[in-house]
Parts: sequence; C-alpha cells; structure tokens
Amino acid sequence: MGTAKHRAVDLIRRRKTLERKHQEIGRDFERAQEALHVDTALDEEVGDDLLGLIFMACHPILSKDARVAITLRVLGGLTTEEIARAFLVPVSTIAQRIVRAKRTLAEAHIRFEVPGGVERLARLASVLEVIYLIFNEGYSATAGEDWVRPALCEEALRLGRILAELAPTEPEAHGLVALMEIQASRLSARIGPSGEPVLLLDQDRTRWDRLLIRRGLAALERAEMMGGALGPYGLQAAIAACHARAATPGDTDWPRIVALYDAVAQLAPSPIVELNRAVAVGMAFGPDAGLDLVDALVGEPSLKSYHLLPAVRGDLLRKLGRAQEARAEFERAASLTENLAERKLLTRRAAECAAEQIVR
Amino acid sequence: MQLEETWMRVLIMAKEGEQSEAATTPTPHAMAEYQKFNEELVKAGVVLEAGRLYPSSQSKRVRFDGRKRTVIDGPFAETKELVAGYWLWQVRSIDEALEWLKRAPYEGGTFEVRQVLDYEGM
Repeated sequence: MGTAKHRAVDLIRRRKTLERKHQEIGRDFERAQEALHVDTALDEEVGDDLLGLIFMACHPILSKDARVAITLRVLGGLTTEEIARAFLVPVSTIAQRIVRAKRTLAEAHIRFEVPGGVERLARLASVLEVIYLIFNEGYSATAGEDWVRPALCEEALRLGRILAELAPTEPEAHGLVALMEIQASRLSARIGPSGEPVLLLDQDRTRWDRLLIRRGLAALERAEMMGGALGPYGLQAAIAACHARAATPGDTDWPRIVALYDAVAQLAPSPIVELNRAVAVGMAFGPDAGLDLVDALVGEPSLKSYHLLPAVRGDLLRKLGRAQEARAEFERAASLTENLAERKLLTRRAAECAAEQIVR
Repeated sequence: MQLEETWMRVLIMAKEGEQSEAATTPTPHAMAEYQKFNEELVKAGVVLEAGRLYPSSQSKRVRFDGRKRTVIDGPFAETKELVAGYWLWQVRSIDEALEWLKRAPYEGGTFEVRQVLDYEGM
C-alpha cells in the first residue's frame, strides 16, 4: 500500500506526473540528441496532452513489445518490476525495452501530438492494438501458471475507457472498450475452483458481471450510433454481445455470430478469425460443417504451432463420435500450449476421449 | 497476482443531510460544478456507475423478522444517515478514492467510502 498514495490519480497530480514524464522523455531527447551531435535545441512545446502521450507511447516505429512496456510504464504508472512480473520476463529485459524505446522515439524525433488526417487512423489502430494486447495477456495468459491475470485486464480497460473519452468520435475506441468490458465480465467465471480454465460454453453465467456487460453493451451502442459499418473491434464486441445476451448457451444466436465473423473476415482476414468462424459454423450448422472449415486450415503455416487449432478440431471430432482422432488432437494441443492451466484442461479432454473410446 | 496493487471497486454513498430530503434542484452553478467534477472522473476511467436517489418520502423499507416481512413507508427520520446518491468507482486503493473524493465540489454532507467485497480481482 506504500505506493498507493504515490499512484493516486488525482487529476492535478496526474497532470504534474505527466509534465514530469514529458520532462523525463524530454531529457532523454536531449541526451540522445547530444549523443548524435544534433545541434538543434529541444524547445518543443510539449503540451500536457494525455492523448498525445498515448499516441506517442504506441508509435508504430516501436516494436509491439516496446509499445506495451512503455505504455504500461508511462500511462499505467506501473514500475519496471511490475511490468516484468506481469509478463514473466526479467526486469532487465523490460528496463532495456523502455530505454531503447525512448531512444528510438528521440532519434526519430517523434513528437507529442495527436495525429490528424490519414495518419490518425493508422496511429489509432496501433493504440487500440497495444491496449488489446495488454488486455489479452491478462485475459488468456500465453505463458506461466495462471490462466488469467485480471490486473492486466484492468489496466487495459482503464486505458481503453480513458482513450474512448479522449477520442469520443472514434467508433473503434468504443468498439474496443465494449469488447473488453464484455470479455472482462466473464473473468471470474473463466476460472474454476482450483484455478482451472472454464471455457465459455461451460461457464456459470450467473457469475458474469452484469455491470460490465451493461457497460459493454452501452459502449457498443455508442460505436453503432456513429453510423457506418462497425470496425474489427466493434464487430468482435458485437460477437461478445451475442454471448452476453444469451441466458444459456442454448440461447446463443450462432447464425448471427457466423454472419459477424464473415464481416470480421472481410475487414481483417486472418487464419485465427477463420478458426473462430469455424467454431461458430460448427455450432450453427453442425460439427460436420465446422470440421470442413477447420480441415482447410490445417496446412496454414501461421497456425502451425497454435494450440487452439488442434483443440477446436478435437472438439468437433469428439462431437462426431471420432474419439480416437479427437484424443490425438487434444494431446497435440496440450503439447503446444505454454500455459500450464490450459495444458491441464487439454490433457483432461484427451483423457475423456480415451474413456469414450473404451465405452464404445 | 503479479502487480503490487490490484484494482478495487468502491461504493461512495452521498449522505447529504437536510439537502437529500429537500428534493430541491441544485442551483445551476452547483450543477455545473458537479458535472465538471463527474466529467473528470469519467475521463480518468474511474466511474463505473453513478446515480441519484429520490427523497426518502418516496421510498420504502422492508424489515425481516423470521418469516415476517413488514413494509415501512418513508420518509425516514435519521436524516444524516440517508443516502442521496451513489457512485461506484474503480480505483487502485481507498487512498486513491479519497484523493478524488476530497476534490468534489460539495459544501456539506458526509460521504461514505466502502470497498466492495469479494471482488475476485475484477
């Protein structure tokens, strides 16, 4: 609790902190420029524009890892140690990432500013991506023992909420907030009594956080009301909303989810979207239809070591009564994930399939 | 948990004394001040939920005694304890909530800050 006061977000204090950050980064600019023997003095008017700072921290010139680290450091106020612990990497790695990121920004003369015009959309996309990366690392941790790390989700949600208020005319900012609010509403239902993952359709829906669902649906409505078609985040939020609105898994409007995934696939085609679409198709039109789509993805190089491909395939095969093949898929999926809790779940699925084989 | 401090939800109950029972609309100036403050809170991503309540003359109480339920009509006497409005905030600590709250543009009343229990990290 010692740092609680220190971190309080009293607006005045926040402004002061921001000014200090500006100065800090400013000093780095100066140092970098001295090192480069650049003669121009740094007399940039660095207004205390939070939005400008967000855009700067998420500048596409930086690697994704660097963007995430510097965003959490500068905007989330996390210490280097906390970021390192959250991402299960050595403190020195994060410290280096931040130092390098600052140097890169300085050397490229990236300024605190809110980009306009054509650049704005691309830059906003980078900001949204960074926030969602942070959220996802908390929502389904890629490594380590914990399946979820809610504190990271909260960091991302808070950043997203702030962004949506700072850039209220950006439908995708609201779309992203909607997506995160609705996904976060399931956080406590996603973990079983002994820390094991509980998948969407197996969750106790009474444990979903109604407040976050309501906030998510409201944010989605805001995005929809701006006119025009929903962007990728808005569409994913609409998919999440289909689940949130269904009182039981049986009530889920799967054909609508398929249609929404079609729209996502058009805007931002990716094998992972195709895989998700295949799951929805399997639910809407039967496991056979789903399996056809998944089979088409099997040779996809980018999914080669993606554990959810065999996991989904295993699930569909199991529904079709092909327990032996399903078992092999679950075993493969288990061997591919680096998350221990998830590996346990997949190993259990494989064992269940083995039991089904014997029964047969 | 990896982070030193996780997030918590706090319920802020506004006990405004006589004011809460008066049912008079605040002056435009007071209203504007409040809105400005609330806007700052929303922009900082603090507010999850906010609401104001009707005076107790329009409210009811249900008292439980074993299987017996008694409905009591308002208004209620203990003016100082009556809640006139509420906020649900998401903050890192009670201290953060207090820092925010102290900046609220109120000139009277007592505001109670309670952490929401069993938050399960979210």
